[in-house]
Amino acid sequence: MEAKNAKAASTSHFSKWWKDFGHQWQLQTMAIPGIIYMIIFSFIPIYGLVIAFKNYTVIDTIDGAQWVGLENFRIIMEDKYFWESVINTLGISGLKLAFGFVLPIIIAVMIYELRDSVFKRVIQTISYLPHFLSWIILGGMIITWFSSNGMINELLNFIGIQTKQNHMLDVSKYWWIASLSDVWKEAGWGTILYLATMSKIDPTYYEAAKMDGASRLRQIWSITIPMIRNIISLNLILSVSGLFNSNLDQTLVLMNSQNQPKAEVINSYVYRVGLMQGNFSYATAVGLGISIISVILLVLTNIITKKLNDNQSVL
Amino acid sequence: MKKSSLSLAKPKSNVVQDKDSKIFNFVNILLLLVFTIVIIVPVWNIVASSFASSDALAKGDFVFWPSEIATDNYRKVLGDASMWQALLISIGKTAIGVFAHTAFCAIMAYALSKRNLKGRGLYSTMGIITMFFSGGMIPTYLLIKSLNLLNTFWVYIIPALLSYYDVIILMNFFRDVPTSLEESAKIDGASDWGVFLKIFMPLSKPALATIALFHGVWQWNDFMTTKLYVTERALYPLQMKLYEIITQSQAASQQGLNAAVEISTTSKGVQLATIVVTTVPILIIYPLLQRHFISGMMLGAVKE
Repeated sequence: MEAKNAKAASTSHFSKWWKDFGHQWQLQTMAIPGIIYMIIFSFIPIYGLVIAFKNYTVIDTIDGAQWVGLENFRIIMEDKYFWESVINTLGISGLKLAFGFVLPIIIAVMIYELRDSVFKRVIQTISYLPHFLSWIILGGMIITWFSSNGMINELLNFIGIQTKQNHMLDVSKYWWIASLSDVWKEAGWGTILYLATMSKIDPTYYEAAKMDGASRLRQIWSITIPMIRNIISLNLILSVSGLFNSNLDQTLVLMNSQNQPKAEVINSYVYRVGLMQGNFSYATAVGLGISIISVILLVLTNIITKKLNDNQSVL
Repeated sequence: MKKSSLSLAKPKSNVVQDKDSKIFNFVNILLLLVFTIVIIVPVWNIVASSFASSDALAKGDFVFWPSEIATDNYRKVLGDASMWQALLISIGKTAIGVFAHTAFCAIMAYALSKRNLKGRGLYSTMGIITMFFSGGMIPTYLLIKSLNLLNTFWVYIIPALLSYYDVIILMNFFRDVPTSLEESAKIDGASDWGVFLKIFMPLSKPALATIALFHGVWQWNDFMTTKLYVTERALYPLQMKLYEIITQSQAASQQGLNAAVEISTTSKGVQLATIVVTTVPILIIYPLLQRHFISGMMLGAVKE
């Protein structure tokens, strides 16, 4: 009896739901195309990740390909070129983190200390600009600056170091060029969130600190930095979890046959093995493995910063 | 007694503070100037070099201001018909892409902004999944291939139609529109589509402009779509054209032959002029619309 009632209730609930759905048909015609789009362009490729566990070739369908279990992952473990690309990715990301993480904080504090002036706006406009250049444009510029008779060599000659070297062909300099050019491009843009947070700091804090005789540096250390701490932790989590991310645009334009041993990163390796050599399953396995490691890193860094931040998660 | 010593001490510490503050300001401005120079000078070097003759480029004098302004490089670039074709593709994909992307995201965002929408929980969960997970390069390539989008103009537009991130920004904006406007329009017999098009669209211009701007810059700068999915040269946008010129002159300079050096200095000039031509639209648009870019950045960040 009770079961019957419950069933009747759920049917009527269900039919009411359908009725409401029908009344909303106009709104639904706005939502459903987007949903179908997401199924096709996001969920089907996510399903396509199964080829990492298969031996897929161009003549197969994704479902028809033969299962090979973890075979692809076993080959990855022994793949010398893969590990080389991992080391390059971590090297470049590590340098990027070392310089690119602190610099926007310093620049934001310096711009904030200008208070309000025309100079402040001019500096902001100029420093955001490189963010809007594509990596192809910037890559072309970098190759020009570092070429044998480019700007860098002219500057070196000017300070007395005679050189005619094309630095792009020097394999030992690639990590530095790749990471520092990224810092150059994004340092200014990276200040925006910090500046926005600083603009909400109550100015009376600074007045009180000044009354107590705190120097400007002391004010920055004791007021400004603590107020932006959350954004700093958030950015740190994102940068650390992005250690395995590599910049394919940048690599494709800056890599050449000379610097390749130090320039090949995970993404460009996936691109080369997957799309150039047609080894679809293997390249997908590489991509999937790296994504999983990145998620683990994200969770780990979140736990660590939570501990440091009095158990408050910033994510 | 105690009071007077305090009042005596205070002005003294203020003087110290003011001096300390002046030094601080001086060093601060000096360092920021250095930072600005580090950004401007390299860019200026490219612009100035693009106006240098190939002789001057071969000699490689550090060009802040070319000894004589030569327009050969630009004449070569603008005299190349394939360059105009690439410009057309770039403009076409940016214009159509911006319109289609903004409209598609806005329509979906409007439906999702209604809290009583049936199935909303499922829809937004699916959307959030697309923000954090993707199939990656190879499965996406296989999808694009099976949809027969390889080597078509539409591969620039269709795979970039929807970004759930942009949907969330627009959805939050739509929620701030007063409900009274919608209710009175509904009483006058307006449909959901009518309310969306006649009331919400005009009121949401700032948010729509922000989404359009960011997508526009992305479309203009995007080269990866071409690199991955397009081999038909007639469909190359400017970015891909530039990439081709760069890799060719890189290859030539690596051969190190005397003959190749000459080719590479000629193509160097062309490369520089192409860089400038490709950057100019962004250089024009960016300072005018900087405010919108920053507010858009904030919109996205606040909702993270």
